[in-house]
Amino acid sequence: MHGFEKNSQRMVALCMLGCLLFNFPVLALFNVPATFLGVPVLYAYIFVAWGLLIALMAWVAEKRD
Amino acid sequence: MLQGWVVVATSFAYLGLLFAIAYYADRRADAGRSLIANPYIYALSLAVYATAWTFYGSVGRAASDGVGFLPIYIGPTLMIALWWVVMRKVLRISKEHRITSLADFIASRYGKSALLGGVVTVIAVIGIVPYISLQLKAVSNSFTIVLQYPAIVMPAKVGAVPVLQDTALWVALSLALFTILFGTRHLYSAEHHEGMVAAIAFESLVKLLAFVAVGVFVTYGVYGGFGDVFARAAADPELRPLLTPLEGVAGGYASWAWLTILSMLAIMFLPRQFQVTVIENTDEKHLNKAIWLFPLYMLVINLFVLPIAFGGRLHFPGGVVDADTFVLTIPMAERQELLALLVFVGGLSAATGMVIVETIALSTMVCNDLLMPVLLRMKSLRLNERTDLTGLLLGIRRGAILLILLLGYLYFRLAGEAYALVSIGLISFAAVAQFAPAALGGIFWKGGTRRGALAGLAAGFAIWSYTLLLPALARSGWLPIGLLEQGPFGIALLRPLQLFGLSGLDQITHAMLWSMIANLGAYVLVSLTGSQSAEEHRQASLFVDVFRRSPEAGGARFWRGTASATDLHNLLARFLGIAAADEAFRDYAQRKGLLWPAQALDADAEFVHHVETQLAGAIGASSARIMVASAVKEEALTLEEVRKIVDEASQVVMYSHRLEQKSRELEAASAELRAANEQLKELDRLKDDFLSTVTHELRTPLTSIRAFSEILARDPKVDLEQRRRFLGIIAKETERLTRLINQVLDLAKVESGRADWNESAVDLREVIDDTVGAMSQVFKERNVRLELQLPAKVPPVRGDLDRIIQVMLNLLSNAVKFCDPQHGRINVTLAEQGGALRVEVCDNGPGVAPGDEKIIFDKFVQAGDTLTDKPQGSGLGLYICRHIVEHHGGRIWVQRAPAGGACFAFTLPIERGAAETKTKRRRHDEESADR
Repeated sequence: MHGFEKNSQRMVALCMLGCLLFNFPVLALFNVPATFLGVPVLYAYIFVAWGLLIALMAWVAEKRD
Repeated sequence: MLQGWVVVATSFAYLGLLFAIAYYADRRADAGRSLIANPYIYALSLAVYATAWTFYGSVGRAASDGVGFLPIYIGPTLMIALWWVVMRKVLRISKEHRITSLADFIASRYGKSALLGGVVTVIAVIGIVPYISLQLKAVSNSFTIVLQYPAIVMPAKVGAVPVLQDTALWVALSLALFTILFGTRHLYSAEHHEGMVAAIAFESLVKLLAFVAVGVFVTYGVYGGFGDVFARAAADPELRPLLTPLEGVAGGYASWAWLTILSMLAIMFLPRQFQVTVIENTDEKHLNKAIWLFPLYMLVINLFVLPIAFGGRLHFPGGVVDADTFVLTIPMAERQELLALLVFVGGLSAATGMVIVETIALSTMVCNDLLMPVLLRMKSLRLNERTDLTGLLLGIRRGAILLILLLGYLYFRLAGEAYALVSIGLISFAAVAQFAPAALGGIFWKGGTRRGALAGLAAGFAIWSYTLLLPALARSGWLPIGLLEQGPFGIALLRPLQLFGLSGLDQITHAMLWSMIANLGAYVLVSLTGSQSAEEHRQASLFVDVFRRSPEAGGARFWRGTASATDLHNLLARFLGIAAADEAFRDYAQRKGLLWPAQALDADAEFVHHVETQLAGAIGASSARIMVASAVKEEALTLEEVRKIVDEASQVVMYSHRLEQKSRELEAASAELRAANEQLKELDRLKDDFLSTVTHELRTPLTSIRAFSEILARDPKVDLEQRRRFLGIIAKETERLTRLINQVLDLAKVESGRADWNESAVDLREVIDDTVGAMSQVFKERNVRLELQLPAKVPPVRGDLDRIIQVMLNLLSNAVKFCDPQHGRINVTLAEQGGALRVEVCDNGPGVAPGDEKIIFDKFVQAGDTLTDKPQGSGLGLYICRHIVEHHGGRIWVQRAPAGGACFAFTLPIERGAAETKTKRRRHDEESADR
């Protein structure tokens, strides 16, 4: 039960992290006319951050403690 | 190969395949080997979220807005992180109350209110109709476009067709037929639609595969990879603004944020999402996988949206081809017939998946929460007298499915052409978002009342209709357009798109803002100013505290009355059929350890509750309440009584929490006691060891003293030389005895912490000089060469001079004892090192055996094998040394000398004022505490 509580808090924190990553002003930092490996920076940022968030969620959800 | 008959045949073959899968899954379920009781199928079934909107509409949105389509998928990802807390609770509540739909859930929370269930159903049906029309539009458009192959003609150009020749109508009718055959073959009660879920999971795979296939084809087949597509888009003056799109879109970041919030709510409150996530869930644990697999699915299906959107706009310049169709038209323009067919099937799967689950969910709501409560109340229908109502229930559901699809078609005819796919879908999202305050408030806030929920829903829905539905109808020409431009009756403040003069926001943001303010405001305000009925109070406590009570202590405690088991059986049989009623009775009897029907069941509160929950699983909580109330004689509980029961329950919970805590404390205390006991036992053992070793050590010299003195006493003829030798031995042994006794006394003092420490500044150099001087005679006798490496001056250490000398003497005499007997050599070094002085005493003897470096400082441990070698000391010296050095805040250890012998070293911290003594004291305190 203790680990479950801890994971709940982790998940809420991840949701808050996501809200931060995908909103003004962080989004504005990447909203520039430049490219990263040929892909516009904003698109690259969103997909990479999104993937990262999912990876963290997987880590927390599959954790056994 | 894209002739009309091929496309139609493929479509029906695909639907047939779905049927086969569903049939197989149902058979497996009947055999008890469920196909869907598996987290991967569960995660895939959640992907019913990706509809024709995702499949065709995202590209359309991206082609005009750039990243504007993404919040619809990022929002759910954020919400799903919260599912760990929120959805788990919803799942548990729904399992315990056998919830059959979203309307059932909300109605059940607010005192099983039939009115509330009806309102939720109406809002859901009206709200979802545009969404269903979106699917019809997408399928019929894609069908029309494929049929024009190899030409690429937009459906709008084909011209208006009479209703009976309209593809969309036929699509709607076939889907209705399919869903009816599919979802209402028998009355499921709250059992899972196994076949449907398996088919939906399969559809999720098909649409993902089709979309990724066309994405890879456009990105790498038509263009030269991501970089190439974006580079060409950047070179096009029309597309360049889309590369940093958040500046260009009206409302920019605000619109982005509101879309995110909107889709966060949609993923929970779309009726079909509630159906697959909650109603069809077989195990709460499946959530753990779905929490990351489903967001991953959304990420993958969106990877190629932007390349397809830009590719399409580069491919079809001038806007002649609708961006919503790029997924299909690019493969067609490239003459990829097979891929185009795959895309068509993918789009079909996305649309059918949505339509099937959505209409099943809505038809359950219409039946259980809208029609049944009304029909059951109508005495003139005499439904109470009919023995089997299962046919009626199924009939209602089938009718509802057909009706909902026809409503979708009607909306498509009325308003479908004026909007892009995504805009149609967002209208539905905003409608279901209205459920959020009542539903989320209901599971976390006990104070929410039925009236509050009703007021909130009504206010939110009214604003939604006014700001979203009305403009949609006006734009399609069904209402005067002046309504939008001048406002009703020319009142500019009431213009639906700039309500109260709020302008500068896009339509969805504007509508969400006002409807959420109205909804949440009314819900909270009315809840806070009103009061709850007994039933509401009870349900509120059952929902909010679902994790804090045991399931059986749930609803049964709140019922009082008389009932007969036969009446209850008849009641169940009428709605579920005789077989299911028997099954429910047998289950309950088994739980009670009885054998039904041989043994009669006592129709007590718990049993009535069981029957009501079973019934709720088939016809919803509010209808079940009505039916049970009609079948048994019950006494209504007053609000006071319910409060008392709830309070008692929470007091019991509190007591048990306190008990748990007490028992945890007790456990901790007993563990401590056990540890203390272990320590005492260990000390006892050590004391025994100590006594036996000391007595042994004392006896050895005593024996020799006694033996030699007896010889001297009995035999007067012993010559002088001999006498002197004997007396010498006696003197030496006595000396050894004295030393041993001194050490034991010392040890007792040091260990008990009662030793007197006369601290002063000590010059270690002097100490070494003095001790070496005192032992010079011994060195000479043993022919040992001594080498000193001492710096000219060292800072003083603070300590007890006598004790430090004792340590030095001990180490030196040890070194003398063990160094090489012929060419003994001892090195003594003193050096300053990191705030401490280090003294090393190295010999060239055999050294300390590896592994003994630690224990050699323990009590009565002697170097070498004590069994074969003659012990050369008491085994207490080093132990006392360690105590003394550690008392001074230093460290003592042994290492291998470069020459091969043992090298004993110790450090003592350099005196640095008061702070230093403090540390020493603390160390000492800790040591005494350890003991």
